[in-house]
Amino acid sequence: MVLIYIDQADQQIKKSSLEAISYGAALAKQLGVTAEGILLGTVTDDLASLGKYGLQKLHHVGDASLNHFDAKVFTQVLTDAAKATNASVLVFAHNLNGKAIAPAVAVKLHAGIVTGANSLPDTSNGFTVTKTVFSGKAFAEINIDTPIKVISINQNCFGVHMHEGATSVEALSIAIPAASIKVTATHKVDGEIPLTEANIVVSGGRGLKGPENWGIIEDLAKVLGAATACSRPVSDSDWRPHHEHVGQTGVQVAPNLYIAVGISGAIQHLAGVNRSKTIVVINKDPEAPFFKAADYGIVGDAFEVLPALTAAIQKSKA
Amino acid sequence: MKLLVCISKTPDTTSKIAFTEGNTKFDENGVQWIINPYDEWYALVRAIEMKEQDPSVTIHLVTVGEADAEPIIRKALALGGDEAIRINIQSNDSFVVASQIAAIAKEGAYDLILTGKETIDYNSACIGSMLAGLLDMPFVSLANHMVLNGNTASVKREIEGGEETCEVALPAIVSCQKGMAEQRIPNMRGIMAARTKPLKVVEPIVVQATTSIKTYDLPPAKSGVKLVAADNVDELVRLLKEEAKAF
Ligand SMILES: Cc1cc2nc3c(=O)[nH]c(=O)nc-3n(C[C@H](O)[C@H](O)[C@H](O)COP(=O)(O)OP(=O)(O)OC[C@H]3O[C@@H](n4cnc5c(N)ncnc54)[C@H](O)[C@@H]3O)c2cc1C
Repeated sequence: MVLIYIDQADQQIKKSSLEAISYGAALAKQLGVTAEGILLGTVTDDLASLGKYGLQKLHHVGDASLNHFDAKVFTQVLTDAAKATNASVLVFAHNLNGKAIAPAVAVKLHAGIVTGANSLPDTSNGFTVTKTVFSGKAFAEINIDTPIKVISINQNCFGVHMHEGATSVEALSIAIPAASIKVTATHKVDGEIPLTEANIVVSGGRGLKGPENWGIIEDLAKVLGAATACSRPVSDSDWRPHHEHVGQTGVQVAPNLYIAVGISGAIQHLAGVNRSKTIVVINKDPEAPFFKAADYGIVGDAFEVLPALTAAIQKSKA
Repeated sequence: MKLLVCISKTPDTTSKIAFTEGNTKFDENGVQWIINPYDEWYALVRAIEMKEQDPSVTIHLVTVGEADAEPIIRKALALGGDEAIRINIQSNDSFVVASQIAAIAKEGAYDLILTGKETIDYNSACIGSMLAGLLDMPFVSLANHMVLNGNTASVKREIEGGEETCEVALPAIVSCQKGMAEQRIPNMRGIMAARTKPLKVVEPIVVQATTSIKTYDLPPAKSGVKLVAADNVDELVRLLKEEAKAF
């Protein structure tokens, strides 16, 4: 059985988990087994409707004390749940929480793990998973050699797929260990789209000259419903907050559309964004290396091109 | 207070990535090695800052690798840290690596174990979490701020769309990322001192690998950029909508 970990925040199932369900359902079909989910805590979503992503059964540990993520507690509960349900493959989203617990669960289950998988495993001869390595500069095909297998999938690599059907929900009773952390404050940036969950990212570099010029980036992001990002020197100079820094030493993103404005396209920047489906580069230097990694480009001054582009998109959406 | 900082050796960020032996081995020819930036800039420097605030802190560094990892661990010692341990085995299997560190960690009874958020070569983000599983310790991942307060650490970690602050009782494991500390350059005094700091080599424990790398591939090259004139943004919008189906 394929067991998919369904991650929630603020009692809502994350988009990356819907993608994990789609992936797990396709994998279960490939293996000829059932696709089942495990949810910790209580959520406001309609659980039966998870069937439309291909989930056949949901094991629900509906204890409200699990509404707050705690890596140690979640590791133990998921390990016990995987044993109780006889899971042979576990699927996680390679998101912030997935990164924290999937490897720990794997060691507790004596399972091999591949994190950051890009596609369904090849199960024709073994169990071989393809993942990005060298920060997006290469792929590795890795075989998991243990009876139980754990995979975490890169966000935005598989997509959310719709099916017919409903999920049967079953309560699962697991002893919940004592909390190992105490959350004392949560700070969310209002109205901002989380970078790693965004479909579209508009990113600015040193070419924008200073923080006071970010309005044109924000305006474009707004008409596209996009998240904003930046290159490393921009966050190093405190023009933008650290969490917007993308690249090899920042956040790695893989949106459907990445628009790079006034960014030269250094190898370390590309490493964090080159899995984006479509890349648009706006740069006044026709020799900027980023054009070699782009699908579409405009050679021009950002201060002229961006307002015009924002207006054109607005017009096309009207 | 005893700190253990995990140090990994990775190719420099500008290295040309290539493979040999029928795409089954990373081609190390001409590759410059560096300390994994997350281990260096964030985990190690934060540990050094803690020692500067409280001289009773001891910092041990650990790396899993063969003799060719020594320049890297010496460089780490030049930045700071009291002594280093090299576990004499090279492996691409995270479980093998984590098991070696866990064995050292058990023996050393550390209060705090720091890792970088991931390595820039295999990008697995596994070691911190696996250590937590192997040692049954609390784990705070993707931390960008940490202060010690007696026997607890107050840590900020990234969450989707923001961050949360939590308190964790030591011993604990924390994986570090940007924000945690500022990059430092080793100075001459540090480099001299590092030469005589203890570097202990220990033989690995025997554990079975759980994964094996079959092959590597390079991504297909982009087919070429389509340039649109700067005064024709409508055409870009049309291409993005109709051809790329981007929105
Ligand atoms: C170990 C290491 C790790 C690194 N990690 C990262 C990382 O994770 N992420 C990252 O981004 N960088 C990283 N870097 C830095 C990287 O090498 C580059 O220095 C950085 O990406 C450059 O940022 P930039 O493109 O914004 O600035 P620049 O390279 O200065 O480029 C600015 C660009 O703006 C263009 N421009 C100027 N004016 C205009 C205008 N009016 N309109 C349009 N275009 C204009 C210019 O033509 C130029 O191409 C790392 C470096 C090292 C050594």
